[in-house]
Amino acid sequence: MKPRGSIRRRLFFQLSGVAAILSLAFFLIVRVVAERAAEGTQDDILAASATAITDSLRSEDGQVTLELPYSALSMLQTVHQDRVFYRVVAAGETLTGYDDLPVPDPAPTRGQPVFETIYYRGDSFRVVAILRPLGPASAATDVVVLVAQTRLGLEAISRQITGVATGVGVGFFLLATALSLWAAGSALTPFDRITGSVLRRGPKDLRPVTADTPAELVPLVEALNNFMARLRASLLRTEDFITEAAHRVRTPLATVRAQAEVTHRKLNKPEHKQAIREMIRAIDECSRSAGQMLDHAMVTFRTDSLARDDVDLVALMAEAVERLGPTAELKDIFIRQDLPSEPVPFRGDGILLQAALQNVLDNAIKYSPEDSEITVAVEVGEALRLSVTDQGRGFGDADLSRLIGRFERGGNVGQVVGSGLGLTIANDVANAHDGRLSIANNKEGQGVCVSLLLPR
Amino acid sequence: MRFLLIEDNTKLAGSVVERLQLDGHAVDHAETLDAAETCLAVADYDLILLDIMLPDGDGRDFLQQQRRAATSTPVIVITARSAVSDRVSLLDLGADDYITKPFDFSELEARCRAVLRRLGGAAANLLEHSDTILDPTAGELRFDGRTVSLRNRELRLLEVLFKSPGQVFSKGHLMDRLFSFADEASENAIEVYVGRLRKRLDGSSARIETVRGLGYRLVAR
Ligand SMILES: Nc1ncnc2c1ncn2[C@@H]1O[C@H](COP(=O)(O)OP(=O)(O)OP(=O)(O)O)[C@@H](O)[C@H]1O
Ligand SMILES: [Mg+2]
Repeated sequence: MKPRGSIRRRLFFQLSGVAAILSLAFFLIVRVVAERAAEGTQDDILAASATAITDSLRSEDGQVTLELPYSALSMLQTVHQDRVFYRVVAAGETLTGYDDLPVPDPAPTRGQPVFETIYYRGDSFRVVAILRPLGPASAATDVVVLVAQTRLGLEAISRQITGVATGVGVGFFLLATALSLWAAGSALTPFDRITGSVLRRGPKDLRPVTADTPAELVPLVEALNNFMARLRASLLRTEDFITEAAHRVRTPLATVRAQAEVTHRKLNKPEHKQAIREMIRAIDECSRSAGQMLDHAMVTFRTDSLARDDVDLVALMAEAVERLGPTAELKDIFIRQDLPSEPVPFRGDGILLQAALQNVLDNAIKYSPEDSEITVAVEVGEALRLSVTDQGRGFGDADLSRLIGRFERGGNVGQVVGSGLGLTIANDVANAHDGRLSIANNKEGQGVCVSLLLPR
Repeated sequence: MRFLLIEDNTKLAGSVVERLQLDGHAVDHAETLDAAETCLAVADYDLILLDIMLPDGDGRDFLQQQRRAATSTPVIVITARSAVSDRVSLLDLGADDYITKPFDFSELEARCRAVLRRLGGAAANLLEHSDTILDPTAGELRFDGRTVSLRNRELRLLEVLFKSPGQVFSKGHLMDRLFSFADEASENAIEVYVGRLRKRLDGSSARIETVRGLGYRLVAR
């Protein structure tokens, strides 16, 4: 399965994208509002100053005079050394001030001052123009008062506000990003919980998933449970089938074998006896093959999802010896147990290891003569070594690596019943545990030594 | 030995009973778990042979019930399943051993003996001839205040002779009893074992006599 995209990443990017847009909008809005407010303040002061000037205008006989009030200009002083210009225009003639200070267009009307931003003498200025009629209503003279101030103070305030707004915006963005990282993670915890509860189960656990599931995931988990139920049913059917099949085949075989033994005992003629022997051997051959093939299938199945339990290799070896002891006893074979007194712990599948050991020990018994001795040993060295040494017929000059193959039997087997799967099973089990099977003829004398080598 | 065989397949049961009787064992057969309960209530057995698949219930339940009832009669399960994992669960359930169908009767007997030896019971199966006692479970000969331990084949050969003292057994018959169907043995092997047994019996008043041309028999000195 190739992962395509990541929900966590998508959630994270979407959330932090939204956060970025919001921060930017916040920044812009704060800046615009703040600048408006600052400009409004400047305009108010300019208007107050201009009004103070107009209030000092006098008209005598159509002659306009002005005594410029000092306070009108001093109120415009700022810490930023803003420059201030003024101009008073009466009936189109500059009465006082800088006559290059332009009158805004459109010109102010009565009671309606005009504010404007202009470029003047190499600087940006804010200008207010107020129109005031002077003299008797019949022959009033329109006087325009202009007051202009540079925008240094305004710009300083604007810079300050921009700085703060940027700081707050970036901070908000970072906080929102961190939160979206957390939110993306916590939104996905139900996934992790369900995944965990599926992963933690053993290879054979097919019970439905019962972990707490958020509504959005219920269909997925239901589909999964459905699937597992079907799998369980099908496995049970297969198992039932195998049990039933084994029972159906093995029970009549057991009947035939028992009757053959009875007949063999009763017959006298050697050729008749020989025929019955052949028959019994065929039955044994058949049941051995069936059993070994089932075991091999079981080994393949279990190695696919290897259980790693704490097992004691010494106990496993002792168990194999106990299990096969009666078979050895029938041939007066003595099994010497060269086992450490301390347990040798290992993490692996005990059932598989038991199958491997029993197959190796079974070979040693099968291919040894009566009155011989087999030594089983568990050694802890560079690797863990479980060895079975016999004094039997040896492998001969067979190609040893070939004997590990499926259904491969040596040329040394003679009458001995077998299917050629024993060493295959042992080798598969060793490999599944990252170990290997070592087989060799004994250096001195006869017999072979077969060892299961497992990593420490 | 006295066996209780719990097996629903009458054909198989019939042949098993016949085969065990050939070796001089006493066998009762129960077809169902109910019948088995009845048998167990009225008689003592050395061993129970239990088929695990039965019509009126799973043999596993019987096993657990037996274990809970703390009955000391050992149980050997006869199973059609061979997978190692199944076998392990049988032992966990309290079977003393198991054997897979179809089985070799000498192996069954060896397993029974191993189980009985392990549990230290069944001292009642002693065989006696003149001053000599043969304990098949322990694999020992006792005479003259001495105990001689026997190897498995020596024991099985002596058992045959001790069960029918005075009867002549041919070499061929003794071979059938001693060697499995896969062994390639010659009749000389019997002479070797008889030779060994004569040494073991040295000092006892039981003696193995050669009946020229016919075979061997057990006689008192
Ligand atoms: N201890 C041994 N001594 C001599 N030869 C052996 C020994 N173990 C294995 N072999 C040889 O290796 C071959 C393969 O062994 P393997 O256990 O795989 O098959 P098998 O014993 O013939 O059949 P089965 O599957 O029933 O065990 C045997 O046929 C035999 O020739
Ligand atoms: Mg083998």
